[in-house]
Amino acid sequence: MDFDFSDEQRMLKESIEQLINDRYGFEQRKKYLKEPAGFSRELWDQYAEMGLLGLPFEERHGGVGGGPVETMIVMEAFGRGLVLEPYLATVVMCGGLVNLGGNEAQRNAILPKIADGSLMLAFAHSEAQSRYDLADVAALAKRDADGWLLSGEKSFVAHGNCADQFIVSARIAGERNARDGIGLFLVNAKAPGVTRTSYETQDARRAARLNLDGVKVNSNDAIGDPGKALPLIERIADHTLAAVAAEAVGAMSAAHEATLEYLRTRKQFGAAIGSFQVLQHRAVDILVALEQARSMAFYATMMAGEPDPAQRSKAISAATIQIRKSGRFIGQQVVQLHGGIGMTLEYKIGHYFKRLTSMESLLGDTDHHLAALARAGGLIAAGA
Amino acid sequence: MDLRFTPEENQFREEVRAFFRTALPASIRKKMELGQRISKEDTVTWQRILNAKGWAVPGWPVEWGGTDWGPVKTYIFREEMQLAPAPDPLGFNVSMVGPVLIAFGSDAQKKHFLPKVANLDYWFCQGFSEPGAGSDLASLRTSAKREGDHYIVNGQKIWTSRAQHADWMFCLVRTSNEGKRQEGISYLLIDVTTPGLTIRPIYTIDGEHHFNEVFFDNVRVPAENLVGQENKGWTYAKYLLGHERVGIARIGASKYRLQRAKALAQTVMIGDVPLGETERFREKVAAVEVELKALEITQMRVVANARHLAPGAADPTSSILKLKGTELQQATTEILMEVAGPDAMIHEPEHLWATATTPSIGPEWTTTTAADYFITRAASIYGGSNEIQKNVIAKRILGL
Repeated sequence: MDFDFSDEQRMLKESIEQLINDRYGFEQRKKYLKEPAGFSRELWDQYAEMGLLGLPFEERHGGVGGGPVETMIVMEAFGRGLVLEPYLATVVMCGGLVNLGGNEAQRNAILPKIADGSLMLAFAHSEAQSRYDLADVAALAKRDADGWLLSGEKSFVAHGNCADQFIVSARIAGERNARDGIGLFLVNAKAPGVTRTSYETQDARRAARLNLDGVKVNSNDAIGDPGKALPLIERIADHTLAAVAAEAVGAMSAAHEATLEYLRTRKQFGAAIGSFQVLQHRAVDILVALEQARSMAFYATMMAGEPDPAQRSKAISAATIQIRKSGRFIGQQVVQLHGGIGMTLEYKIGHYFKRLTSMESLLGDTDHHLAALARAGGLIAAGA
Repeated sequence: MDLRFTPEENQFREEVRAFFRTALPASIRKKMELGQRISKEDTVTWQRILNAKGWAVPGWPVEWGGTDWGPVKTYIFREEMQLAPAPDPLGFNVSMVGPVLIAFGSDAQKKHFLPKVANLDYWFCQGFSEPGAGSDLASLRTSAKREGDHYIVNGQKIWTSRAQHADWMFCLVRTSNEGKRQEGISYLLIDVTTPGLTIRPIYTIDGEHHFNEVFFDNVRVPAENLVGQENKGWTYAKYLLGHERVGIARIGASKYRLQRAKALAQTVMIGDVPLGETERFREKVAAVEVELKALEITQMRVVANARHLAPGAADPTSSILKLKGTELQQATTEILMEVAGPDAMIHEPEHLWATATTPSIGPEWTTTTAADYFITRAASIYGGSNEIQKNVIAKRILGL
């Protein structure tokens, strides 16, 4: 048992933290927000140069063969910087779907382009009615000669505004929330019948609503066996939650540090407000929430690769519950401790709060995961 | 980074588990399973069994009967002991006076006391708190005046746990009123049978004789029982704050309670449905399990990080173990209370003490539930209350 990083991992951590320090100051970030896609294209290319965009892929696909620990390192740094680029959608979600579910031709065609920064993707899965049920897919895929015709609406496609391609889930058979019958299809964003409506999210990121009206895709654009996609979707959802757990820890620890700095320097009643016991205790409560979250982000990272899906999902739900709980507490309290300045758009603290809040509804909120964990019997077996 | 235990560590766990399975006397195991009170004899018996195996004081140096296990194995050992479930060795001996003597005692003190401390030939109690010195411990007033080769001790201690069983007390006394309050305190070892020393019981809210008041009326203590230097006692007492923090979370004990609560909840019916099958109960337990898992990993981080620390240095993360660990101990006793329901309110102390000659009114397991809940409120008070812990963390870790 050890929590140490390898030399390579330490180097990765140092270089990514350096980059975020140098290039992701709060004022610099404001400029990226004004770019057309709402993030920095230049930094995206730089991530490619550093090998971050091919992090989880094998070398023969232009990647560097990293695992969940490497993803954790990158996501934590991104959380600290409130990074805007579509890493999660392109690399973790869609890269993961193609890497783990695609055939060799698809991997060869797509992964190197993700890795070199020339291709962005977004995962078009959740629908207005599905809420957090991954099996609830109403979009339909109908057989059409040598391919499929896709129809339906995807309500929340994270980073869908900039995607060159989408991976779309659609039902080839079965009831609306049946586990069987879901397929995944690669769809060109410019294909006839695709209508994308981009919008901004509360954390200053971009997303899109996607309307599919008889969009034609070829048979070889199906990822994996059409109709059997749910286990892959669940696996990638768990990988995404593990990555987001690390991002949340990065955001929480940066917000915590900024708050400590504020408590040490802000003076009222002739003293630094950090000398007041009630605020000291609150800062300790934040530290405890942060360390508990950090521990569970490690747990999620370790369990993301667990081969047994039931064990994996249970662990990821447990980690997500802690992350959400700590994230909400810390997000609210860092604003409270900053007082008025915490309420303003011009200061970074409020933006950490908004990002942490936004994560709460990604792939299941606390209650959703608590119910799932309880249904699965919890983490500790009854005994004695 | 690998959060799994090595094959060697897993094998060690098996070895420890097998030992607990065979070496723990059945009568003690049964009391532990039912949450009944462990008598002085039980504690002594068990610690001597451990000591015969060389496992009573694993954290001590090998030359004084300890082990070379290192943090990970020590952690495994503790967890298995709590899951057995076996009683802890006496903390005052093993984790408090022993380490202080090892670090600051004279050779003669070490030779005389340490073997007896390890084997529980001497039962130590702790004389720290006073009526006017609780969280503000440095304001203590029990005085020790040097007369020839003796100290004459006068004053009063309070909340002295299990002093009624004790042979000795390690005691903080005031030897000087000069300078800072912390700089006039000394660390004395006092034979509790010395004339002038009287012990009076205080019964706790679980009905147990746990605490005592101890009065000193011209108690003559040989000067050779001073540990280290005069007026340096505060430093020695504080040394313990960074010592053995890993055990303080008692994660194994909290886990054991949850295992039990989940099993027992299957026997309690809400109409036609076992409590353990209701959504509300399952989610409530799951929420505590998540916090406990997080703390377990936090604890492993502290354990794994120990090899990177200078000897004697405390890991800042370890201070949250006490805070969160005591909260979770308390949360698990609350869950058991809720499982027991109205049966927990039946007061049959003879069942708590395992001295009953007639069957209990409710199920036997419910006879200890309330006592466990009540006494566990002390977990966030003793050893520096959780509020004091927060003051310390704010200052030392957060720099506020």
